Parts: sequence; structure tokens; C-alpha cells
Amino acid sequence: MTGFLLLAFVFLVAGVLAVPIATRLGLGSVLGYLIAGIAISPLLAALHVDVVSLQHFAEFGVVMMLFLVGLELEPKLLWQMRNRLLGLGGLQVVVTALLVMAAALVMGQGWSIALAIGLVLSLSSTAIVLQTLGEKGLMKSDGGQGSFSVLLFQDIAVIPMLALIPLLALPELLEATHAVAAHGAEGGDHSAGPLFIETLEGWQRALVTLGAVAAVILAGNYLTSPIFRFIAAAKLRELFVATALTIVIGIALLMTFVGLSPALGTFIAGVVLANSEYRHELESDIEPFKGLLLGLFFMTVGAGINFGLLFGSFGTVLGLTIGLIALKVAVLYALGVIFKIGGGDRWLFALGLAQAGEFGFVLLSFTVANGVIPAAVSDQLLLVVALSMLLTPVLFILYDRIIAKKYSEIQDREADHIDEKGVAIIAGHGRFGGIVNRILRSAGHSTVVLDHSSAQLDMIRKFGFQAFFGDATRPDLLHSAGIDEAKLIVIAIDDREKITQLVHYVHSNHPHVHIVARARDRDHVYEIYAAGCRDIIRETFDGGVRTGRSALEALGMHPFDAEKLVKDFEAADRKALQELAEVYDPDIPAAENEAYVARAREMMEAQEAEMKKGRIGFGIRSERGWMPPVGRPARLGAARDADADDAA
Amino acid sequence: MARVIVYYAHPGHKHSHVNRDMMAAAQAIEGVTFVDLYAEYPRHNINIDKEQERLVNHDIMVFQFPLFWYSTPSLIKEWEDLVLEYGFAYGTGGDALAGKSMMLAITTAGPEEAYQPEGYQHYPLETFLTPLEQTARLCKMAYLPPYVLHAALRAPKEDRVSPHVEGYRRLLMALRDEDYDMAVAGQTKAVFHDSLPLRKGLVQ
Repeated sequence: MTGFLLLAFVFLVAGVLAVPIATRLGLGSVLGYLIAGIAISPLLAALHVDVVSLQHFAEFGVVMMLFLVGLELEPKLLWQMRNRLLGLGGLQVVVTALLVMAAALVMGQGWSIALAIGLVLSLSSTAIVLQTLGEKGLMKSDGGQGSFSVLLFQDIAVIPMLALIPLLALPELLEATHAVAAHGAEGGDHSAGPLFIETLEGWQRALVTLGAVAAVILAGNYLTSPIFRFIAAAKLRELFVATALTIVIGIALLMTFVGLSPALGTFIAGVVLANSEYRHELESDIEPFKGLLLGLFFMTVGAGINFGLLFGSFGTVLGLTIGLIALKVAVLYALGVIFKIGGGDRWLFALGLAQAGEFGFVLLSFTVANGVIPAAVSDQLLLVVALSMLLTPVLFILYDRIIAKKYSEIQDREADHIDEKGVAIIAGHGRFGGIVNRILRSAGHSTVVLDHSSAQLDMIRKFGFQAFFGDATRPDLLHSAGIDEAKLIVIAIDDREKITQLVHYVHSNHPHVHIVARARDRDHVYEIYAAGCRDIIRETFDGGVRTGRSALEALGMHPFDAEKLVKDFEAADRKALQELAEVYDPDIPAAENEAYVARAREMMEAQEAEMKKGRIGFGIRSERGWMPPVGRPARLGAARDADADDAA
Repeated sequence: MARVIVYYAHPGHKHSHVNRDMMAAAQAIEGVTFVDLYAEYPRHNINIDKEQERLVNHDIMVFQFPLFWYSTPSLIKEWEDLVLEYGFAYGTGGDALAGKSMMLAITTAGPEEAYQPEGYQHYPLETFLTPLEQTARLCKMAYLPPYVLHAALRAPKEDRVSPHVEGYRRLLMALRDEDYDMAVAGQTKAVFHDSLPLRKGLVQ
């Protein structure tokens, strides 16, 4: 127990210290984690920590990340990507693998070893690239989309590779590895074929696999909503987190069981759930786990570098790494040309994917276990993979500082299609927010609706609106609903404390977002005003005013006069409200606030004085322009009636 | 029997000296449709379909209003902008109003002599009304000279309100009964309560 806590403490301290510094220096979080890992590696060695098995555990962060990526990706979008996925991804893997194989042959490796090396090094790092693209907001750019296609294809390609590699086994190596089987079994924990599925015939295996995928899709479509509704009734935050984790871990297990990549399985589940009303809830629940696990993963990469070997053959390793990166960049750049990825995006695509990836580690240990690659070569390759990952943030910095700057004009023009997330967030979709939503949508705006009533959501969904479950006052949920990119938030929830709290949060943390807030009553207007909102709507005021107008008409007033009167009333009331808001103090009840009382009395006296003078009494324009000019001061009479004559 | 509709517009209705009484008289006439535009559309939200249907179902439109800044009150302008659509009132296929008639019933604050080259309004009244006259023409409608009360603000003091209102009543009934001599009317610039070109001698 103490050992675990100590280990957790070491990793957390390293991350917490290194990442902010790296971000401050503009190096990105990934490099920060890598450096942190390197820094604590002597300590880990002293504590006898098995960094490799820790890394396998941390790889689950990649699974979670693909689940989250899937959540962001609707099936329709995925279908639109199919050409790039197969064309761009397929060519990248095949061409890179062949070229690396050729290079290995030239360096004197046997063909089977060379092919295995080619396969291992053709993969890129999903963890680093998606994390970095997400951080820089480049996921939706052309280069980002291309990178994503390639990474997704690679994740799928790992499965046939795992099937192919044992066929390349060298007899003499196999014997040697059987002697030290322990290491292989340990690495195989993540990648080696599971036992049950191995015992089946080929067609049975295919059937089980298809069945598992179908189960994920069907369960995602039909089971998640009822399950979450059931959970929601308990009103316990941690139950949602537990359920979300259960879903992701369960799918990962199922996929491993049938011999598919867990990352692929959770990705599919994510895509299935992309249309679910619980999407943002799932996102915000899984997000922290993903972040921590990925951080741990990057640190283990840093910590896993064998410095003894590195310094022993520094020139060779560095040369191989740079050669690998150059080769991958060349292939990617050429593909970028073929697939018409334009300008700066092509460089983003080529430089971003130029490293070897975490699946490289998996495949390397797998190849050693299966007697495909000698351990000496594998150790050197591990260094190449790690070093190339270590250099990736540097390549991104190169892109940021030099290439993006050069292409900044093009980027400006293309910014439109990045900006496609919900423009307006509507918090609360009851009788109030529902109207706002319908109005915004009828004008063609995309909205993201958040509501914490399952019953309400069912109703909304029946009418074909997009709505998501969740308590809008939770910052993480607001984040995944897209508050960072939103232009507007409409706060239409019922609870007055929560409204004020949400206004305060959005105003202080996202000052660029315009807030329209629902106020329960007059005092609440002041609370919200003090919290920073300047677009406040009293929920019952308009209804009251319209009722008053109807009453005036019913009592015989001309409808246009009634209209003018309530317009004046509204204007006067709003003016009074604004003036009093300046002196309102949220900490003092209105009646005990001297400045407030004084101002209110002053305004009431002024209004009374005007009424005594025979004016309308709201201190506003009234209807002076439409009154006949006779017998009134010329200043007023001349306004409308130019036909005024000199009649007395 | 001609189908007559009166469109009344006065944003300061309750301060009116003459138009209120004219409205009461018009509303009392059977077979004449009376519309108080500011009562029906206090928020300027004109129902175009409903208004076009009204126009189609009537033969003579009378616009009753006080002259504001040499023109109609703003709601009538809004009504024109919206209701007299291309393809309905004018342009290709815009024949819905062809053959109908349009007439104005207006009150002015200025006296008759002001509407002369040497008067302070500088132009004759019909000059200020040419946009409306041309509107009628573009819609293939006959434009009848307006029924006018000058110096309307002084009218109550000078006992000129009830003759004008009574004349208005007779005018509307004559339009309804097709007793209004449009040929004679066409030779004048404007008609007054004591110069209505009614065919039957029974009135006046």
C-alpha cells in the first residue's frame, strides 16, 4: 500500500512540476511529461519499479482517448472519412513499412527481421499526436483530420500485424526465448492472443468477433440510455463516473477476449454513443482518467529510456532516429501532396506523424517473445522509438514557430470550418430554455442543450432536438459542451442559486462568452448583475406586462394606447432596475442597504412629481409626438406635426 | 352596391378633434367595412394575407388619416410596403386591384390658403399626395380626389366638425350605393362637405 502511494506520489509530483513549466516554455504537455519521466527514472530504478508493466497499464489511457475521439465523431462523419482512412492510412503504413524494411536490408538484417522492423516502425503515436493536436485546437483542421485518419488506420492495422509477426519467427531465436519465457508472457498480457479464441475454428472466430462488435453497437444504441436513466434517479455523481468507467473497461475486456484491439472497440462504442444525450456526461467523466493515464504513459516512456545503452551507442541511435523521422516525413509529405492536403496543413501532417508510436513498444516486445527479432536489435529499436517520440514535440514546435507562421494567411482563411462546434449553449431546457432553443434553431444556429432531468430529455429528443444530460453548473461538463468555442450561453435553469453561480463562473472563466441569464425576480436580477451578467431577463416580467396590456384593452383602452403605455412602463421599470443595480450589494439585504433605499425613494419621488404635473408619470417619452400642437410648448409640438398652424 | 372599406390610421386617436367623430360615423354605416389600423396592428405586425384578402373582397378603399409631415401616419406606409406586393398589386401577374378605386379622407392642421405657392406650405395639397395617387395608378386603380378638412385643429371652435362628419357619412353611403359621380369628381382637385358630387339630389 505504502509502495503504491509512494509511487503515485512520485509520478504526480513529477507531472505537476514538469508540465506547467514545459507549457509555460511553449514545449507542450507531452514533452513536459517525457522530461518528468526522465527526471524520475533514477528514483524509479532505486525503488525497483517495473516501468514496462506500468507502461502497459498506462496504455489504457490510449483506449480511453480513442473512446473520447469516437464520442466526438458521428457515424456520418466517419463514413465521409472512408477514402482518407483507407487510402491515406493504408498507403502510409504499407509504403513506410516497405521503405524501412529496405533500409534494414541494406544494413544487413535478414528479410524477416527487416519486415518486422518495417511494420513496427511504420506506426505513429496516437497518444502524442492526438493529445498535441487537441491541445493546439488543430483536430478539425485539414492536417489534423488527415493525421486522425492515418492513426485510426494504424490502430486497426495492429491486429493483422499481431497475426503476421509469429509467422516470421526464426527457429534459433524461438528456442532462446522459450528459455526466458517469463518476459514474453508479461508483454503478451496486452497483445498476445487470448486463450479461448485460439481454440476456435477460423469461421467461428470470425463469427464471435462480429458478434462482439455487433453487441457493442446494439448495446450502445439501446442500453445506454435506460442504464443512465436508472443511474440518474440515484442522483449520485460518482455513480456516473463508475458507470462510464464500467462501459469503457467492459468493452476493452470484451475486445481483448475476442482478439480485437481494445482501442478499436472503444472507438466504435464512442462513435455509437456520439448521438446519445449522455455524450457530454460520458466525456467529462472519462476525460480526467484519460489525462492522468496518458500522462503516466508519457512519463513511463521517458523513464524507460535505457541511458546506459543510449550513451553507449548514442551516434547510432541518434542517426537511426533522425533517418527514421526523415523517411516518415518524406512518405507523409508525398501522401499529403497526393491527397491534396494543402499548404501548412501538409507540414503539420508530415511532421506530426513522423515518430514511431506506443504500439511500437507493444509490437517489439511481441516480436522478441515470438522470436522474430533478436533482443539486442530490439533494445536498440526501443531507444529509437522512444527517442523519436521524445523528438516529436520538437517537431511540433518547429511547425508552430516556422511553418504555421509562414502559412498564417492561409490558416486565417480556412478558420471557418474549424469553428463548427455549437455556437450557443442552452443550460436548462424546460418551459423557458425550450422556447429559446426553438427560436435559435429556427434561425439556423446550432445549439447544445444541457438539462439534468431525464424525463425532460426524453421529451425533447422525441421532438428531434439535440440535448444532453448533465448539470450545467459543472465546469467539466460545460467544457465538453464546448464553452471554450461558444459565443453565447443562455442560462435558463430554475434554481436561482445555481443561476447566479453559473453566471459567476462563466463570467470569470470565459469572459469571451456572452451570457443571457434568466432571473427569478427583481432581487435576483441584482445578484446576477453583481455576478457580471449584463443581459438579464426577468422570467415573468414580459408575461406580466403583456397581461397588463390585455387588461387595459379589455377595460376599453385603444390597443395602440395600451401598447404605448406598457412600452413606457417597461422602459421606466428597466431604467429604475438598472439604476438601483448600481447600488445593490449582494451581501446586504435590500431593505438594510442605505444607498439602495435612498435611491429608490428619490426615484419614486421624481415619478410622483411628474404625475402631479399631469405627465404620464413614468418619466419617459410618453406620446408627446402624436399630440396635437395646439396649446403646447412649440418645442414639443413641432416634433411631428409639421402641419401645425398658428392657431391659438 | 359597391363594397367599401375604410382604413383609418391615427396614432394619437384619443387626442383627435375630428377623426374620432368621422370614425364613429363610418362605423355606423351598414355595408361599409371599417378597419382601425392602429387598433388592429398596435405593434406594426401586419397580417399580409388577411389584408390582401380584404382588398380582393372590396371595390373601393378609403384611407382616413390626419396628414403627418406631408404624408400618411407611419403605419399606413408600413401597410403599403407589405400588402401591396409585387405579383399581387403590381408587376407581372399583379392585377388583384385592377379596376378598383382608392380615395383619401384627410384632415390638415394648415388652412386652405396655406396650400398655395404664396402660402407657407408653398405647394398645393395634391402635390403632397402625388405618391399616393401614383400608387393607385401603378396598381391599376382609379384615384378619386380626396375628401378634405383644412384647419382641423380650429374646427371644433368654429363648429365645422359636424358638417364635415355628416358629409363623410353621405360620401361613404354614396360610394356604397354607387351614387357618387366619379366623372364630376374627377374634374376637381379635392372635395369638401359642401361640394360632394352626388348623383341624386336628395342629399345636400
